[in-house]
Amino acid sequence: MEIIINLIGLFLIAFIVWWFWIFKNRSEARVEGSVLEIVVDSGVYEPSVIHAKAGEELTLRFIRKDSNPCSEKVLFDGLDISADLPVGTPLDLTFTPEKKGEFDFTCQMAMYRGKLIVE
Amino acid sequence: MNNKSKTSQRLHVSDISCASCVETIETALKSVPGVDEAHVNFADRTATVSGDVPADILLKAVSDSGYTASIAEDKTESERENKDLAHYKELLKKTVVAGVISLAIVAVTMLGLLPEITTFKGQISWAVVSLLALFVLTYAGGRFFTGALKSFKNHNANMDTLIAIGTGVAWVYSSFVVIFPDAVSEIARHVYFDTATLIITFINLGSALEMRARGKTSEAIKRLIGLQPKTARVLRGGSEVDIPIEQVGMDDIVRVRPGEKIPVDGELVEGSSHVDESMLTGEPIPVSKKVGDEVVGGAVNKSGSFLFKATRIGKDTALSQIIEMVRKAQNTKPEIGRLADKVSSIFVPTVLIIAVLTMLIWFNFGPQPQLTYMLVTTMAVLIIACPCALGLATPISVMVGVGKAAEYGVLIRRGDALQQAGEISTVVLDKTGTITEGKPVLTALEPTRGWSDTELLKIAASVETGSEHPLAEAVVEASKERNIELASIESFEAVSGHGVRAVYQQKTVLLGNRKLMDDNGVKLKSLLERSQELSKLGQTVIFISVGGEVAGLLGISDPIKTDSKEAIQRLQELGIKVVMLTGDNRATAQSVAALVGVDDFIAEVLPQDKADQITKLQKQGEKVAMVGDGINDAPALAGSDVGFAIGTGTDVAIESADITLMRGSLFGVAHAVSISKATLRNIKENLVGAFGYNSLAIPIAAGILFPFTGLLLNPIIAGAAMALSSLTVVTNANRLRWFKP
Repeated sequence: MEIIINLIGLFLIAFIVWWFWIFKNRSEARVEGSVLEIVVDSGVYEPSVIHAKAGEELTLRFIRKDSNPCSEKVLFDGLDISADLPVGTPLDLTFTPEKKGEFDFTCQMAMYRGKLIVE
Repeated sequence: MNNKSKTSQRLHVSDISCASCVETIETALKSVPGVDEAHVNFADRTATVSGDVPADILLKAVSDSGYTASIAEDKTESERENKDLAHYKELLKKTVVAGVISLAIVAVTMLGLLPEITTFKGQISWAVVSLLALFVLTYAGGRFFTGALKSFKNHNANMDTLIAIGTGVAWVYSSFVVIFPDAVSEIARHVYFDTATLIITFINLGSALEMRARGKTSEAIKRLIGLQPKTARVLRGGSEVDIPIEQVGMDDIVRVRPGEKIPVDGELVEGSSHVDESMLTGEPIPVSKKVGDEVVGGAVNKSGSFLFKATRIGKDTALSQIIEMVRKAQNTKPEIGRLADKVSSIFVPTVLIIAVLTMLIWFNFGPQPQLTYMLVTTMAVLIIACPCALGLATPISVMVGVGKAAEYGVLIRRGDALQQAGEISTVVLDKTGTITEGKPVLTALEPTRGWSDTELLKIAASVETGSEHPLAEAVVEASKERNIELASIESFEAVSGHGVRAVYQQKTVLLGNRKLMDDNGVKLKSLLERSQELSKLGQTVIFISVGGEVAGLLGISDPIKTDSKEAIQRLQELGIKVVMLTGDNRATAQSVAALVGVDDFIAEVLPQDKADQITKLQKQGEKVAMVGDGINDAPALAGSDVGFAIGTGTDVAIESADITLMRGSLFGVAHAVSISKATLRNIKENLVGAFGYNSLAIPIAAGILFPFTGLLLNPIIAGAAMALSSLTVVTNANRLRWFKP
């Protein structure tokens, strides 16, 4: 019995490490056309990983459903872009990423997390 | 990198009456050149337009298609506030409901009002309690569970995850005990419904209070928004009508009566008045305005009634740009917050691992009843950990700090600048226009034998008419005052940093400093001594030579701003070395330096060498701030650790500067430094608090004190502590609101 419980515990730890840190297949989307909708709700951006092409203008339409103040802002790290999201009204953020690389976009407290991959 | 970022514009279309109107308006908007996309929302009667097109063109396109549109700017702000208020009330309601039920559960548990759980009656009664707790968990804590699930699916974990697992485990275990009481040994036969519901109550209460406190952090921006009047009195069809400010169009003629606020930016076309622009320029004395003068939105009309033509509306007004800049800056994070961001990105999974380890340790090494100890400690660990406090520590202080600075006319472009400004050791002040008024006047006019005052000034002014140098303006201005008619000049050439060369009546005229004369072999004779005397008085001396012979000298001085000396002293009190940088010669520089009391000065610096001087100071290990007008000093501003541009109120977007001072006073620099220092200190307190809290509270919750003192943390206390921790961070940041630089 003791061994089983310990094994379950160790398995849980391994699972946490794998699920949250190693496993990378999050909800991904590629910008096709000009507008990509991102739903902001319950602590998550959906989709949370966005692929875009360098030098091409893209519009991210943020649709905030969560009225929790945590979700109010979206900040793009390293791109100098930010916005205040109104609840219920879509907000378009249009810009042209020039530099290739991965840019995190998060809420103010970095609990909502997403990634913009510019290729 | 060159990122063109633009948020789309929202228009309010008041008379959309049918779904088919949508199509018409969308087509009209899309046909405007430059519009990338237009989307009309029938439900809230708005059009969202993306593309780099001025709002007035969009408004016209809509009105041409037969509808009335206005900019839907302020609506979103009040809408947002209403929604925030609704959310706050919702949280309070949930707190009350959850609180009442929790207290009832606590009462029956503590007072032993219910029958033994091992009896059938007891099981039924406890099952009712279990259902009540489930109600609280779903009604007041449902969002934690949906949030946790959604995050989990996205391979993400956040605070919801911790709360959901913590309270969920408590409820599941307790319900298991209710259904199968015999499966658990007697001493471990304990239920935790009260714990789960009280935790949810506390967290809801904490969220509500935090929301309240957070609202206050954006007070500065609300005050700026409040400067804008809601309506404007516009001439329409020969009569004056009051319309919402969003509907004011370009070129509309607007009436402003005494005591009213000016609604948008424009040009005065009829009447005259005195206008209080202190909120923009800091100038306490109302400014006189006559026909042709510019008026800015948000300023208060003090005396006469006047009409003006709207030249900048909606997002383009100076006030809107200031608001936008402050809002953007409030969203940026200084370097100091990076570590917290890194930690909070791995925080929750780490806490989950710690929780599992805690469980295993108590299982393997803990006393009996192991199950109870395992449960209590694991729950406490999950609940007490607070990623919010960590994540909020930096941004919430930046919000308040940037807003506070704006109140003092200091516009900070980025959070990084806030940190840099708090760490600077040397401030380099450009002399002209920064320490001085930047409006030099002619104070000495001394011709050599054979020349008259008028002749000398005539040549000088004629030559300088072509120059844009501020000293040249003083000469030209002086000639105007004396009604001297200017002559035409045959050729004109600026000798950078030294002066100008021109041809006047077939003779070469040189106008400039001693170096220019020396380089061209002009003998200055007795003027040299006189020039040194003038220099000592702080005047800039310009020599004039005609045909290789010196003709005289001009002394020009730029009055020092009245509060420059005090402001410099204030900077020194803050422990900062103040250095003056000027193109003037040593003697002039020295006299100004002595008058204002700077620690050091660098004279005879050519405009293009200003940046090098900054680099030189940086190489000596100084953190250097450069203060200049933002145009001539752009490279120096960019090269410094933090660049300040002294603006004149309405030119907000000085790109080369990290910080723009809306008011001309050097006190702006001192204010920026002390606000930055205070904000930085506040951030540090928050970070130390949040890191300290988590690194102390988690081990205590895990039971690290138990082997020594026999103490264990009650998970209910953990819930209260966690709710308090983020509230504390927000409240601490709010303390900054009372800061006086």
